[in-house]
Amino acid sequence: MRKPLTIRILSALDKKSWLALGVFLALALVVVPVLHLNFPEDSAFHVSTYAITLIGKIMCYALVAVAMDLIWGYGGILSLGHGLFFALGGYAFGMYLMRQIGRDGSYGADLPDFMVFLDWKELPWFWVGSDSFGWVAFLVMAVPAVVAFVFGYFAFRSRIKGVYFSIITQALTYAAMLLFFRNETGFGGNNGFTDFKRVLGYSITSSETRLVLFGLTAVMLAVTLVFSAWLVKSKFGRVLTAIRDAESRVMFIGYNPLWYKLTIWVISAVLCGIAGALYVPQVGIINPSEMSPGNSIEIAIWVAVGGRGTLIGPIIGAFVVNLAKSWFTVSFPEYWLFFLGLLFIVVTLMLPQGLVGLWKKLMDKKGAAAC
Amino acid sequence: MLNTVDMFEDDRPEGSDGADQMGHFVTGELDLSHGVALYLEDITVSFDGFKALNNLNLEINAGELRCIIGPNGAGKTTMMDVITGKTRPDSGKAYFGQSIDLTRLTEPEIAHVGIGRKFQKPTIFEQHTVFENLELAMKTDKRVWKSLMAWLAGDERDKIAETLRLIRLDKEADRQAGLLSHGQKQWLEIGMLLMQEPKLLLLDEPVAGMTDDETMRTAELFVSLAGKHSLVVVEHDMAFVEKLGGLVTVLHEGSVLAEGDLATVQNDQRVIEVYLGR
Amino acid sequence: MKKTLIALLLSLGSLSAQAALDPAQVRQLAAEDSSEKVAAIRQLTQTADPDAVRVLKAMSEDSLFLAGDKVVIIDGDKAFDGATGEAIKMPANPESPTVNNRIRGELASALAALKLFDADATVRLASAQKLQSQVTPEMAPLLARALEKETDAQIKALLVLAHAQANLANTDPAARLAAVQALAETSSPTIKSVLLPLTDKAGEPDDKVRYEAIAAVKAIDSRLAIAENVGRAFSGLSLGSILLLGALGLAITYGVMGIINMAHGELLMVGAYATYGMQTLFRAYFPNAIDWYLPAAIPVAFFAAAAVGVLMERTVIRWLYGRTLETLLATWGISLVLIQSARVLFGAQNVEVSNPSWMSGGIEVMPNLILPWNRIIIVGFAMFVLFLVWVLMNKTRLGMFVRAVTQNRPMAGCVGVPTSRIDTMAFALGAGIAGLGGVALSQISNVGPDMGQGYIVDSFMVVVVGGVGQLAGAVWAALGLGIFSKLLEGWAGAVIAKISILVCIIIFIQKRPQGIFALKGRFVE
Repeated sequence: MRKPLTIRILSALDKKSWLALGVFLALALVVVPVLHLNFPEDSAFHVSTYAITLIGKIMCYALVAVAMDLIWGYGGILSLGHGLFFALGGYAFGMYLMRQIGRDGSYGADLPDFMVFLDWKELPWFWVGSDSFGWVAFLVMAVPAVVAFVFGYFAFRSRIKGVYFSIITQALTYAAMLLFFRNETGFGGNNGFTDFKRVLGYSITSSETRLVLFGLTAVMLAVTLVFSAWLVKSKFGRVLTAIRDAESRVMFIGYNPLWYKLTIWVISAVLCGIAGALYVPQVGIINPSEMSPGNSIEIAIWVAVGGRGTLIGPIIGAFVVNLAKSWFTVSFPEYWLFFLGLLFIVVTLMLPQGLVGLWKKLMDKKGAAAC
Repeated sequence: MLNTVDMFEDDRPEGSDGADQMGHFVTGELDLSHGVALYLEDITVSFDGFKALNNLNLEINAGELRCIIGPNGAGKTTMMDVITGKTRPDSGKAYFGQSIDLTRLTEPEIAHVGIGRKFQKPTIFEQHTVFENLELAMKTDKRVWKSLMAWLAGDERDKIAETLRLIRLDKEADRQAGLLSHGQKQWLEIGMLLMQEPKLLLLDEPVAGMTDDETMRTAELFVSLAGKHSLVVVEHDMAFVEKLGGLVTVLHEGSVLAEGDLATVQNDQRVIEVYLGR
Repeated sequence: MKKTLIALLLSLGSLSAQAALDPAQVRQLAAEDSSEKVAAIRQLTQTADPDAVRVLKAMSEDSLFLAGDKVVIIDGDKAFDGATGEAIKMPANPESPTVNNRIRGELASALAALKLFDADATVRLASAQKLQSQVTPEMAPLLARALEKETDAQIKALLVLAHAQANLANTDPAARLAAVQALAETSSPTIKSVLLPLTDKAGEPDDKVRYEAIAAVKAIDSRLAIAENVGRAFSGLSLGSILLLGALGLAITYGVMGIINMAHGELLMVGAYATYGMQTLFRAYFPNAIDWYLPAAIPVAFFAAAAVGVLMERTVIRWLYGRTLETLLATWGISLVLIQSARVLFGAQNVEVSNPSWMSGGIEVMPNLILPWNRIIIVGFAMFVLFLVWVLMNKTRLGMFVRAVTQNRPMAGCVGVPTSRIDTMAFALGAGIAGLGGVALSQISNVGPDMGQGYIVDSFMVVVVGGVGQLAGAVWAALGLGIFSKLLEGWAGAVIAKISILVCIIIFIQKRPQGIFALKGRFVE
C-alpha cells in the first residue's frame, strides 16, 4: 500500500523520457548560457538576446499549454478563460516588479507612476506587502487558486459542463478584462504594468538576469512535466479520464466528480499563474489584453495542434504555433490571422489528435509496412 | 432536446449537496434489522405533467432477487433513477434499510452506502483497460487525496484477479475496455458492480445483447449472489426471468400492476391485457 | 430679402404707431456706456410697443445711427426718425453706435420677448418657447402684459411658466410663492436649476417660499428621475432588441441545431458591411434615393450573411456535428478569417454608415426624454424579425422539417426529410438573421472589422439564460438583459454593470442550469 514518493515520481516517466528531460535541462541551463555569454554577437554560435526572450516566452506558453491539457485533454473540460489565471499570476508578480522600480520612475515618486498620474496618495490595500518577494510569490499561486476554486466550485456543483462551461469561462475572463481596463481598479488600467527596472535588486535587462529567468522557466517546465506525468498516471488521473468519458458511471461507483474536477481545475490555474509570473519579467509588460477571450482560446489551439491527452503534445503545439506567429508577424503580418484561423479549422477537421497523433499514425503505418 | 443531453444532468433540488464535504460521506449505517433492504412508498415523478411514476410502492427484502417487468414507458428506468439519486421524486419516501433516506443523498453517496447500478446501455470506461475499470470501481476510500496517493496493494490485486476470473475476462485484463464485445462489456459492468461490494444491485436489462450461453451463465451468477446481496433486475427476456426464479413485479404506467411468481403474474388477466391488448 | 422685410416692417410701424417712443430713451440706445444701452433696451422692451420692435431690430441689424442729437434708422438711401418713425432727410455724417456682444445678446432676447406681442400665433408660440431658457427678472411686467393679452391656451401655459420664473426675483414674497408653486408642476432640468438658489437661506429669506421651493425641487426631481429611468429602460429595450437579433440566430444554430457558432458575431459584421456597401452603391448611383438604401440593404444583408453561413456549413460545420467543443474551435477559426478578410477588403478602420433622414430626430415625450427614431425603428424591426422567425419555424414546411430533424434525425431521414439540406438551410437562416442584426447594429454603432467580437459574449449569455432550444426564452432573456444592463449602467457605470450582469448570470445558472424555460424529463441525459 505505502510506497515511497521518490519511487512513485521516478515511475511517472519511462527511461527515455527522463533522458530527454535531462537533455532539455542541460541545453537550457548550460548550453544556451555558454553560447550566449561566450561567443561574440557576430559568431555563428551566438544565441541572441532576442532568441532567449522568445524561447523563454514560449516556454511560459508551453507551461500554460500543459496546464490547459490537464484540464481539457485529461479532464475533458475546455476552459476558454485560462488567460485570466495567466494574467493574474503575471499581475501579481508585476506588482512586485513595479515596486522594485522604486524612485526610478518618470515621476520619481514612491508610488508607481500610474498611481501618481491618478493622483493617489497611498497604495491601495491589495498592494500591501507587494514589495516582498515571498508574499508576491505566494500571491502568484494563491490568487489564481482562489479565483479558480470559487468559480469552479459553483460551476461544477451545478454540473455546468461542456460548451456551457466553456462559454461561461469566456465570460469570466471577459468580465475580468473589463475590470482591469478601469483605472480605478488599481492595476494601471489600459497600460498595465511596464518599464520594469529590477528583480530582486538585479537589473532586469542584464544578460545574467535574463539567463536566470530563462533557466528558471525551463526548470519549472520540467518540474511541471514530471508532476503532470505523475498526476495523470496516478489513480486520480484515471478517475479524471473516467469522468471525462462517462461521468455518470463515475458517480454511480461512488466518486464525487465535483472534487476531482475542482482539484485539477485549481492545479491547472496555479500552473498558469506561475507561467504568468515567469512571463512578465521576461517580456517586460503585462496589460489587460492578456485576458481577452481571443488569447484564452488561442491556448486551446496550441494544445489541439500538439495533441491533447498527451503531455508532450501541448509543448510541441505551443512551440509550433508561437514560432509561426513570430515569423508571420515579422514577415507577413496581415496573413497571421488567416493562418491562425485556418489552423483552427484544419486541426479540428483533419488532426483531432494533433501532431502527436499524426506522428503515431505514421509510425504505425511504417511499422505495419515493415511487417 | 438533443443538445441538452451533454450539457447537464437533470436539475437537482436545493440542499441536496450539503452533505458531501470533499467526498466525505455523512450517511447513516445500513440497518437491515427488519429484513427490508429497499422501501419505496407513494413515489411520484412527473415530467411536464406526464407522470412517469404514479404512487409507486415497492419493498425489497434483504437477500431477495426481484425481477421487474413491464412494457416500455412503465417507469422502470425512472424508478432506478429515483433509487440512485439521479431523479428526485416529487413526493413519496425512498428508504434503504431502516434509516437511510435516499431522497436526501447524492449519487456518489448512494453508491457509497451500498447501492450499485448497471445501466441499460453498458457504461464502462472505454479508454481504460479492463483491469483499470475494475480498479476504479473497487470499494475503497474514494476521496481525492486518497486517489492521488493510491498504490495497489497485493490483496487488492488478488481481489481484482478473482473478479476477472468470475466474469471470465482474465485473459482480457490489459485490453482497452472499448474493444470488448457487447456481451463482454455487460459482464465487465457487472464485474465493476461486484467490486463495489454493494448490498443492493440494480440491474437494468443485464443480458441484452448476450448469447444464450452467456445469458444462462449470468442467471447462475445472479442466483448465486442472492442471499448475500439484494438484487433488482429489470428484464424483458422471460426465459431469463424464469431462470432467475423469485418474485416478479409488473409495472404499468408508473405504478405496480401485479406482483407474484412468474406463473401467477403471467396468468393475471390485467397483465395479459397490458402486454397483448395494445 | 431681409432689407425689404425691414422696410416693410418699418413702414407698417410708422403707419400704426402714432404714439411715438420717448425720444430720450431712444437716444440712450446710442449712449457711450454699454450699461446705459442695456438699460435703454430693457426699458424699450417694457413698452411692448411695435415701434420699439422697429428700433431694436434696426439696432441689431446695424442700421441704427446717431446723427447729431437724433437717433436715425438708415435703410439704403432712406432715413427715418428713430423715435417717431417718420421719414427724414438723410443726415450728413451718421455715426454708428458700438454694438458689442453683450448688447447683441440683450437685443436678441428683447426682440424675442417682443415677439410675444406678434399678431401671428405661431410666432408668439416660438417666442414663448425660446424664452423659457432665458427669462430675466426685468421681463416680469412685460410677461404679465403678454399674459393678459394672450388668448391661445398653449402659449398661455408657457407664459405662465416664464412669468413665474421672472417673478422668482420679485421683492414680494407672495409673488415669489405663487411663482414657485406654478413652477413645481414642470419637469425640466433648467427650471430646477432656476429654483435651486431659492432652497438656500442665502438665496431666499422667506421661510414659506423656501420650503415651497424645496418641495418643488423634490417634485421636479422625482419627475426627472422617472423620465430618466423611462429613457434608460427604452435604450435598454433597444439594446435588448439588438441582442435579440443576435440571439435569434443563435437560438436556431445553437439551440435547435446544437452548433456553437463563435463566428456568429462576424455574421453580424457581414450584415453591417453589406449595409455599408448598399449605402456606397446608392451614393454613387442613386443619390436622390439615398434614404432608400436601408430598406434595400435588408435583403442584401440577409442573403450575404446567409451565403457565408452556407459556405461555413458546407465546408466545416458539416463534418463536426455532435462534436460541440470542436465546432467551437473551428468556428472561432472562421471568425478570425472573416475579421481579417474584412480588414483586407474594407480597411482596419471603422467605416461610416449614416442614418437615413427619416430615422434622425425623435419623439419628445418629456422635456428631458427624447426617444430617437432610429432606436424606435430598431425595436420595431426586431419584433418584425421575431415574428417572421416564429412563423417560419412554426407555420412552414421548412420549420417543421427543422423541428423534426432536431427531435429525431434518423427518423426524419427515414420519412424522407432531406436532413443534410435542412441542416444547411437552418444554418443559413440563423446566419441570415445575424445579418439582419448587422443592419440594425450599423444604425446605432460603429461598423468595423472587430464589431462582432463585442456581441458574441452577450449573445451567448442570452441563449444561456433563455434556455437552449427555446425561442421564447431567447426573447425574454434578450429584452430582460438589455433593460437590466441599461438601468444598472445608469446607476453604476458601464463596466461595473457589465461585470455584475455576468456575475448575476453565473449565479442564475446555479439555480436554473437550464435557463428560464427549462426542458425536463428523461430526454435530459
